[in-house]
Amino acid sequence: MATPTKLISAIPDEEYQRRLRRANSPRPDLWLKLDAVTDPEIPVVSIWDLGVLQDVEISDEDIVVTITPTYSGCPAMESIEQDIIKCLSTSGLKIRVRSRLAPAWSTSWISDDARQALKTYGIAPPSQAGEALCCPRCGSTELRTISEFGSTACKALFQCLSCHEPFDHFKPF
Amino acid sequence: MSEISSEQIKEYVLRLADDAVVQGHRLSEWCSHGPFLEEDLALTNVALDFIGRARMFYAYAAKLADDGSTEDSFAYTRDCREFTNLLIHELPRGDFAFTCVRQYLVDEYSLRFMEELCNSEDPTLAAIAAKAIKESRYHLRRSRDWMLRLGDGTAESNRRMQEALNELWGYTHELFEADRFELSLANAGVAVDPSLLRNEWLTAVSTTCEEATLSLPTENWSVRGGREGIHTEHLGHLLSDLQFLQRAYPGLEW
Ligand SMILES: [Zn+2]
Repeated sequence: MATPTKLISAIPDEEYQRRLRRANSPRPDLWLKLDAVTDPEIPVVSIWDLGVLQDVEISDEDIVVTITPTYSGCPAMESIEQDIIKCLSTSGLKIRVRSRLAPAWSTSWISDDARQALKTYGIAPPSQAGEALCCPRCGSTELRTISEFGSTACKALFQCLSCHEPFDHFKPF
Repeated sequence: MSEISSEQIKEYVLRLADDAVVQGHRLSEWCSHGPFLEEDLALTNVALDFIGRARMFYAYAAKLADDGSTEDSFAYTRDCREFTNLLIHELPRGDFAFTCVRQYLVDEYSLRFMEELCNSEDPTLAAIAAKAIKESRYHLRRSRDWMLRLGDGTAESNRRMQEALNELWGYTHELFEADRFELSLANAGVAVDPSLLRNEWLTAVSTTCEEATLSLPTENWSVRGGREGIHTEHLGHLLSDLQFLQRAYPGLEW
């Protein structure tokens, strides 16, 4: 059994298993290819970093990619599905995308790199335990809620009272 | 669970799917009519969650039916009498106060319902519920907030909220009634017995109403029929809108 690529502490077990599936995959090239697929609403984060990409299984005639939906009505899922098929189309195999509901997707699966990428992009990442929500631009914690639901179901809209910029907050889920 | 057939589970799943699609459609009617932009987005986001929930239930029902039915055929080609949603969901969206009060009453119910359904011995139902719970928590936070802001707001907003509450109250009883069919599924560990949710729901609603300076209605009329396919006159109009495209151009895809 191959060792995971990096030591990860204090992550949910299902997320640990997901990372193991990638680390132990006989076809790391396919996973790597899929790193090009992003959420259309947040193009800086790959579906891997977001925790949506769950598994890539390969047989002689097809590749089965398992994903898990973020929010049940998330319209991005269909476009992600098409992007996966397009991304792997050069393999010459039949590509099937399967959606799996359990375990339910959680923002705690989002990687640290992705959290940083979200911040740089102007989206406050989901707050973690004991961490105050702060403005992704200036770091201020003086904020007001504009709306519980922002441009998409996964985000809430805030305004920073220090630099006055409005920003999206990726809600912990 | 062995004595429960997949046909029975399908019937149950369709009830839950119909509840979600009708509620989602009513919310979606606010698209571009919201009182302000952020609220417009919030309403349609919540609508999307309900429609997503409906899709998961319909897809599961299609799998159980195994007769060529699809999530679309369930949503778009069944007639009024075949829809088994509870009546509270189909009432016209009314003014913003009416939409807020209904959403609040439904959210308080939905959260508890999904928490119970999470323990279902049917793994698909449990998985759908686990997703729905997380969404319902956000829905409730928002709809409860509106109850307080508008209930304890101006004289006009309070009047409208109270009117909405009075009008909706008679439709809330049906949420907690289970027919023999649902009870047998509940006994088998598949379904939720909604009557068990009532006390907690009522306590939560009473607390919110008190804080929102609204009074709990005392009239004791109640309406029922949704689970038997007996609906208010409003559902047909809703379906004519929801189903128009597939009725006019059967099988259309884009
Ligand atoms: Zn700032």
